[in-house]
Amino acid sequence: MRRRAAFKSIETRHHEERDELFRQLHNLDRRTFVKVSLAAAAAVTARGLAHPFSFMPIDVAYGATEPAQGFRIAYVSDAHLYERTINERFVRQLLRAVDDVNGLDPQPDFVLFGGDLAQLGAADELALGAQILKNVKAPVRMMVGEHDWYLDMGEKWRELFGQPTYSFDHKGVHFVVLNSVIEKDFWTERGMTPEQRMHTVAGLDNGIQSRFTVGDEQRAWLQKDLATVPKTTPLIVFSHSPLYKYYRNWNFWTDDADQVQAILKPFNKVTVVHGHTHQLLTNRIGNINFHGMLSTAWPWPYAPQGLPPLTIQMNRPDPFNPADGLGNGEVRVHPDGLVDKVYNLWNRDPIQISSTYMSSGGKKDVPAKPNLVSF
Amino acid sequence: MIRPTTVAVTSALVAAVVIAVLAGQHRAGAGENVEVKLCDNHTTTTVPGDQPVTRENGEKIAKALMDQWLRANPDSKAWMEEERSKHSIVNPADNSGLVGRGQGATYGQISGDDVATWREETLKLVVDGSTVFHSGDRLGSTIAVSCDMCHPDAANTHPETYPKFQPQLGRVALLRDMINWCIEHPVRGKTLSADDPNMRALEAYITAQRKGAALDYGRR
Repeated sequence: MRRRAAFKSIETRHHEERDELFRQLHNLDRRTFVKVSLAAAAAVTARGLAHPFSFMPIDVAYGATEPAQGFRIAYVSDAHLYERTINERFVRQLLRAVDDVNGLDPQPDFVLFGGDLAQLGAADELALGAQILKNVKAPVRMMVGEHDWYLDMGEKWRELFGQPTYSFDHKGVHFVVLNSVIEKDFWTERGMTPEQRMHTVAGLDNGIQSRFTVGDEQRAWLQKDLATVPKTTPLIVFSHSPLYKYYRNWNFWTDDADQVQAILKPFNKVTVVHGHTHQLLTNRIGNINFHGMLSTAWPWPYAPQGLPPLTIQMNRPDPFNPADGLGNGEVRVHPDGLVDKVYNLWNRDPIQISSTYMSSGGKKDVPAKPNLVSF
Repeated sequence: MIRPTTVAVTSALVAAVVIAVLAGQHRAGAGENVEVKLCDNHTTTTVPGDQPVTRENGEKIAKALMDQWLRANPDSKAWMEEERSKHSIVNPADNSGLVGRGQGATYGQISGDDVATWREETLKLVVDGSTVFHSGDRLGSTIAVSCDMCHPDAANTHPETYPKFQPQLGRVALLRDMINWCIEHPVRGKTLSADDPNMRALEAYITAQRKGAALDYGRR
């Protein structure tokens, strides 16, 4: 008797095909790349799907002409953990992101955690996060966010993860990690308890708090740190807040961003990767490219004004789909030091913002545009 | 001898005090005192029965009562100011252009006090809505989630697009149905009835924040 093939839903088949394609993509020579591209295009056309971008592989650092000196970093960001007994959903979502990065083949050189590990800076929240991140197979680099900081002014975070400001070199790229969430004291004058201070900062639209800064001390440190780095060395900066001015009311903003940009400006290739905004966000100021990161906890809406023109918005998250608009992603560093930024949106096709899109001012390799824009 | 007189008074209703004192005086004999009571039926002050009935005296009585009440209820004014210092709340329409108008009929002309009362009362509901919107506790969340976590300043709530058909709900949804959906699922609390004070406040705040957006029901 013939065995009946197991039934696979259209979603299952879709995701299997997609996973297979992205698995293959990482180790392609040029000939196979063309083959896979054509196969993908043919598959899409055969089904009559007019969706030219979702499946289109993009030839990046893996061309046959160059030895693959490029490398990959994965990121997970903005987990906003409460204790497990209070809210298990955010815990499960962080675990999902950890599974995602552990499933990458080949493994990334390291995984960046982009800040806001905790929701209210509590020692138990941070310890829970540290415990979960220990399951990441690749080395983890930590960045601090305001939700980690303002209960005890970073004491527990530093105890667990060390200093929040540091730099390192990796395969010819100079990496800098900043604490960009320093706020001027608004709490002493108001006689706030540490809990009240934390709650105030934790409210995105809470106007009592001050604006984020990198601050004099860190800017001096940055200047000194970069003094010995040749201007041709590619630079990748990690900051929790965007190092530019997008929307002040929600601290999608760094107050001394102009001064920080001035320090970065002399370098030829600069990429800033930031958290905090929980959305697809792309900007270019001079030769500095800025990329946002996705959250694993909840998505933020686009701000009512100030959206950088290069940004291709992600579709408005579907409230009926609990994981929509969330995810993690990758930073793929080319041999030349420029990067492709991948947003691995859960339950959607990944979106890649390629270095050519950035350097062409948004003219080449335009990612799929959203059909449910924000209003 | 003290004769009790109950007065409905807010700081905006000084005229009422004057009238009430006037009424009281008719009943009070010379040398008698009049006890004036605030509408809380608790706060009182005593005035000489033969005190001249003037606007100034009326204002003094109102102020004495309100000061007393504010001392006993120190947070009464502060909560609105505090909430507004935290969260930006859109102001209601400015009706000051209507002062002095009216058709000269039953209720007379619209006064500055009328306009101030409309504004104050409307804002009160909206500002209360903001505190509910920003508080997991007041929403009854079992997982410490509040509306502002996905909707800062009520962004992406689109009250102007309701009613609209929500296939996931299987029916046409009003704003309050989506509020309840959010309370039940992302917030994990208990749904509110349509006339629940928290529901009314939430609707008021969400609608206020989209002031100026054109009504476009059914929009997705």
